[in-house]
Amino acid sequence: MRRSSKAYIAGAYEHPTRKAVDKTIPQLHAEVAIGALMDAGLTMADVDGYFCAGDAPGLGGISMAEYMGLNIKHTDTTETGGSSYVIHVGHAMNAIAMGRCSVALVTLAGRPRAEGFATLPARDYGSTLPELGFENPYGPVITNMYGMAAMRHMYQYGTTSEQLAWIKVAASYHAQHNEHAMLRDVVTVEDVVNSPIIADPLHRLDCCVISDGGGALVIVSPEVAKTLDGRCVKILGYGEAIKHLNAGDVDITYTGGVVSGPMAFEEAKVAPADIDYVSIYDSFTITVLETLEDLGFCEKGEGGKFVSDGNLISGVGKLPFNTDGGGLCNNHPSNRGGMTKVIEATRQLRGEAHPKVQVPDCTIALAHGTGGSIGTRMGSSTVILGRNDA
Amino acid sequence: MSPNERKLTAPSMNMESEAYWAAANDGKLLMKRCKGCGKTHFYPRAICPHCQSSDTEWYEASGKGVIYSYSVMRRSDTPYALAYITVDEGITMMSNIVDCDYDNLAIGQAVEVTFREADGGQSIPVFRPA
Repeated sequence: MRRSSKAYIAGAYEHPTRKAVDKTIPQLHAEVAIGALMDAGLTMADVDGYFCAGDAPGLGGISMAEYMGLNIKHTDTTETGGSSYVIHVGHAMNAIAMGRCSVALVTLAGRPRAEGFATLPARDYGSTLPELGFENPYGPVITNMYGMAAMRHMYQYGTTSEQLAWIKVAASYHAQHNEHAMLRDVVTVEDVVNSPIIADPLHRLDCCVISDGGGALVIVSPEVAKTLDGRCVKILGYGEAIKHLNAGDVDITYTGGVVSGPMAFEEAKVAPADIDYVSIYDSFTITVLETLEDLGFCEKGEGGKFVSDGNLISGVGKLPFNTDGGGLCNNHPSNRGGMTKVIEATRQLRGEAHPKVQVPDCTIALAHGTGGSIGTRMGSSTVILGRNDA
Repeated sequence: MSPNERKLTAPSMNMESEAYWAAANDGKLLMKRCKGCGKTHFYPRAICPHCQSSDTEWYEASGKGVIYSYSVMRRSDTPYALAYITVDEGITMMSNIVDCDYDNLAIGQAVEVTFREADGGQSIPVFRPA
């Protein structure tokens, strides 16, 4: 079957650095842009659309466009935290379909590790934030907000720390083959649950790494894709959502994936059972668990059973995930993981993942981003991608 | 307040929230209700997020609720319990749980409002086991 696609991912590049002490953030953006364009067989001069989010220095994309020497006629700076770059894939597809641009560049870069963020406070969005006064006195940081989501999920569905640990175990199996991954040691369920608690019930090994680096994507029109080398990946479907605290009617046991997932599946005309590989944003193990449920890979509340016993390990389980090691083991550049999710899904569909984790005959893949916090408010985005001949 | 309790951060305030914080200094927890649709919402706003009416009013809450979820922050100089409390008025609000054994909290546990002074002297509503 040949599926139609309004746009293609032609270039994908992940920066190899994990600690960029000798590079500025604009420099990292430019390096990943050049890497993705080289991968696509295009140049900066071909780019007519630029997409970036809050990690890009300056007003929207204006400063980075100047730094990189871009001459563009379309820009989109949608900011939904770590999910921004998955949203940008969808927005680039839409802009290309409308004829607004034909070669779209998406960049992400940051150096929180070089800048010495040993732990991550909640991002400072300024004192005009309407909810700020009602939350900040109480000390919400990223870990305890996700911790509250995990506590409630455990209470409501009987999810256990051992089940959450399986997500980290699977990521570590994959990361052992990634020479750039920050954490390459294979860990066991016991290792995870015996690591120190950061914020109940999340252990240190339930949390993603803090790393420098970045990534970029080049998304092109079908006409441009025809002129390239055949490694282009089809964008088949896309969905986005914002979920928040709903005026005090709080339920933190699910994510915006309940909206973005069905939208993406409907557009791609596929079902969860058709997906060969998933990249799921893994800021914490609980993020993966709730997202898998919300995207329909299992029933709500069954995520703990679904992820257990290696079900997410490539070559072992039914749903290989995050074969680069994900945020839990590989990297989490600028504390934003959506970009690397799309990059590894692209590698899988090109057959360019590490041979030890490559999914055989990988035809349809899904990448999902989560931005903000599942304990408060978030941006969620889902893209479904297909191999060139899908 | 026990000497090993985390000091709360002073809240940012604006014209929409001044009355809430002034009442907290008097030992009262206020809620905002819409006179148009009758629903309470949180955090309190000038414009009702349910029906968009600007005819909203303050009222004093019972101060009773239950723990919806919580997470004890262990990796902190002074551990503290971040929580969502579902108050009897129906909404769920972020807070801290104080005067408690952090190892013996439970979702569904009954709590009641009390107050703690933040940096700068503002009184902040928090909850303790009822």
